[in-house]
Amino acid sequence: MTYIRPKFRHPSAPTNDLGYTKREYEGALSTLCAGCGHDSISGAIIQAYFELSVPPHRIAKLSGIGCSSKTPTYFLGKSHGFNSVHGRMPSVATGANMANRDLMYLGVSGDGDTASIGMGQFVHIVRRNLNIVYIVMNNGCYGLTKGQDSATADAGSKSKAGSVNPFQPIDLAGLALELGAGFVAQSFSGDKPQLIELIKEAVKYPGFALINVISPCVTFNNNPGSTKSYDYVREHIEATATVDYVPLKTEITAAYAEGTGTDVEMHDGTFIRLEKLAAHSNPYNRLTAITALQVARMKNAILTGLVFLEPDPTDLHETLDTSEVALNKMTETDLCPGKQELENINASLR
Amino acid sequence: MLKINDFVVRFANVNGTGSASANYLFAKAIFRMGIPVTPKNIFPSNIQGLPTWYEVRVSEKGYYGRRQGIDIMVCMNPQSMPNDVMNVESGGYFLYDSTKQLHPELIRSDVNYIGIPLMEICLREFTDPRQRQLFKNIIYVGALSALLNIEFGVLEQLLTGQFQGKEKLIAPNIKSLKLGIQYVHDHFSYPLDLRLERRDLVGNKILIDGNSACGLGAVYGGATVAAWYPITPSTSVVEAFESYAKDLRIDKTTGKKKFAIVQAEDELAAMGMVIGANWNGARSFTATSGPGVSLMNEFLGLAYFAEVPAVLIDVQRAGPSTGMPTRTQQSDVLLAAYASHGDTKHVLLFPNTPKECFDMTADSFDLAERLQTPVIMLSDLDLGMNDHVSEPFEWDDSRKYDRGKVLSAIQLDTMERFGRYLDVDNDGVTYRTIPGTHATQGSFFTRGTSRDEYAAYTEDGTVYVRNMDRLLKKWNTARYLVPAPVFYQQENRSRNAVLFYGTSTYSVEEAMDLLREQGTLIDAVRIRAFPFNPSVETFLDAHDKVFVVEQNRDGQMRTLLINELNASPSKLVPVLNYDGMPITANFVIQGIFNYL
Repeated sequence: MTYIRPKFRHPSAPTNDLGYTKREYEGALSTLCAGCGHDSISGAIIQAYFELSVPPHRIAKLSGIGCSSKTPTYFLGKSHGFNSVHGRMPSVATGANMANRDLMYLGVSGDGDTASIGMGQFVHIVRRNLNIVYIVMNNGCYGLTKGQDSATADAGSKSKAGSVNPFQPIDLAGLALELGAGFVAQSFSGDKPQLIELIKEAVKYPGFALINVISPCVTFNNNPGSTKSYDYVREHIEATATVDYVPLKTEITAAYAEGTGTDVEMHDGTFIRLEKLAAHSNPYNRLTAITALQVARMKNAILTGLVFLEPDPTDLHETLDTSEVALNKMTETDLCPGKQELENINASLR
Repeated sequence: MLKINDFVVRFANVNGTGSASANYLFAKAIFRMGIPVTPKNIFPSNIQGLPTWYEVRVSEKGYYGRRQGIDIMVCMNPQSMPNDVMNVESGGYFLYDSTKQLHPELIRSDVNYIGIPLMEICLREFTDPRQRQLFKNIIYVGALSALLNIEFGVLEQLLTGQFQGKEKLIAPNIKSLKLGIQYVHDHFSYPLDLRLERRDLVGNKILIDGNSACGLGAVYGGATVAAWYPITPSTSVVEAFESYAKDLRIDKTTGKKKFAIVQAEDELAAMGMVIGANWNGARSFTATSGPGVSLMNEFLGLAYFAEVPAVLIDVQRAGPSTGMPTRTQQSDVLLAAYASHGDTKHVLLFPNTPKECFDMTADSFDLAERLQTPVIMLSDLDLGMNDHVSEPFEWDDSRKYDRGKVLSAIQLDTMERFGRYLDVDNDGVTYRTIPGTHATQGSFFTRGTSRDEYAAYTEDGTVYVRNMDRLLKKWNTARYLVPAPVFYQQENRSRNAVLFYGTSTYSVEEAMDLLREQGTLIDAVRIRAFPFNPSVETFLDAHDKVFVVEQNRDGQMRTLLINELNASPSKLVPVLNYDGMPITANFVIQGIFNYL
């Protein structure tokens, strides 16, 4: 999306609790294609962190390689960012998180970056339960190399060049559930209100939070044969907008208006907001969550919303029993055992 | 011929039979008697059932390299017996379990046989099957102590120390020692003409393996995040780090750990974690071997280009591919020096003793942060997994960690504009910020793509070239920061010289002594780091022939010298040992004489 950004903002632009305007959460101008779903997700990220009043410098944003992984340039410009190598964002994020547990981590990846080259790292960041928001901008194709099928492309889906994908898609949400993820959500880049809410909940969640966002590629995967085109996704939301599925856009807005949400208390005393739009009656039940995803898949439907929530997660720092003081704050005094101790060790080796 | 404190004993065992601790007891007892000793494990890539050897060289003259020729073979493995017999030096000894008769084909007329019915004794003295197996090992140590004159008090002391907290194990161990001693007393004339005599030749030195020294060095150097993937022969580096950290790095008030160790899913992830942690201001390292370094190439390139500090300990083994995973080599030199695609070069360190493993590991964190680049330490299996007699570890309590050019919030407040890749000091090393330092200043985007001085993405060729040239300038700065080479002479005395690094040192030093005894004077230098200090170039210029001693096939250090210093290939004579066994002094001498 290329456009000329106005040089000034209205003096009465709304501010959050920190007194920041949304501008403090924006990044550089996007260089992605006009209409790219990823830009909408960037917008939702900006809005979510703005609304949560997170100080931008307390956020570390990390990504791999690909169109999706370019987006951290386009949001949270006041935050430190790390555009790493293809499929390896999870490991860099893990090291960063181990170094400083006080920052908030946002990992951004794509379907190629996560479900193909980065699959090995993805499954392990899930099972370690790193405290991070992990957003997959999932468009079913490789945009930067001009539209090859990715591992999340649906079988039978037709690429712009006309070839039909013969392989089964990888269901990232289902996989994350299998691996024990504590927060699993799906959304659609065209449904910003839902996405913003999900990101906010994910940010507050004290463990690994996956949001798999269907994000159509306008240039290479927005053709009639693709199941990740705007039209397909919209149609299949409507077609399957039964009570079993969290529907998109219109319905979810209505639901918020009706206020049918419930508050769930987390182990650290914070609350996470759940909407009763969940596809299955019990969002705490991993088994029904997995079933709901599978049922949706059988119907070629896309289940969105918060699919599963484990209210009391144990994150990696807790598992490893690391100090409450961030490791990167420690100095010689904290870390070096000193000369006398070394003399004792020498003595034990004689 | 009487030989005091100068022989090689080799134990042939089956792995997984508990022989390792008995053999270690033997070596440590010699060390405790003040005699220079160097034990080496020669083991298979296997957990149970295959042949394994433990070779102990005793050297009055203090030579710690491997020496060829077995004077005493302690053969406990029927499977390897035919070969083991063949390997004994003429006039040497062959100690075996005589419970079963030796096959006539295994009898050599020039070898002395010492048969001790170990299994028979064990069956008689112990009822528990496990004890019968384990104490067989201790009985042969007892027998050897009589044959070679190891002081009983020393063995007793070592066993008592070893079983502190498990006192009831002391008595049966002592009993086993005595059983061996008694059998020798009753059946042989002893001590042998190969024997030990107490000396005061090891001073305050310590006996430890290089990997443990690296682990301890990482604790002292302030490493807090270790990420790794198990691989022989580096596994014990992080295991040692963990074990020392559990002793020395627990917060006394909270009981929580002042370190985090993540066993990664592979070496790619391990290096990714190290980069993420260092980027975020923690000192972080990983340890691996050649195959792991291959996998880390992509990340090493990122760290080089994005200028993120990282410490990697590569305990080299015999490649290529899986190669000989339990044998030693120095064959990752080029892989490490130029790891990753594009124009990359990495700082390398070459330790040769556990003391240097400790020092270089601790120093590597300073170096990586000063230079904001990966530092790769090239140890090897011989150094890493074998015990070595080493100078004791030292630490200066006034030492502060050198975090390099890291800007504080106050510094950020007072500066006009922060440029992450701006060469303010004209040394190629730029200033960095740690995420979260300042509310509004100092944030930047770290990336593997080209960027300008302010970390903004650019595909402008001139900006790219400017950056690549600055990285070279930084490389030049590194030449003066890395450990200097060690010269063996104040002034050059010969037109010939020998150049070496790492574990070849032991045998080259011995070879130089032997050459000197034969009247051949040769200058010498030990390389401790890459990029090469300018004095290396001067040294090469001052000699007509430089023998480059290495433990790889292709002369990798030689290539590096030619490539980086424009050294004349005809001047650099390769002396290359690459059979997976530590290089010997004889091999070095032969290599040199072939040319002289």
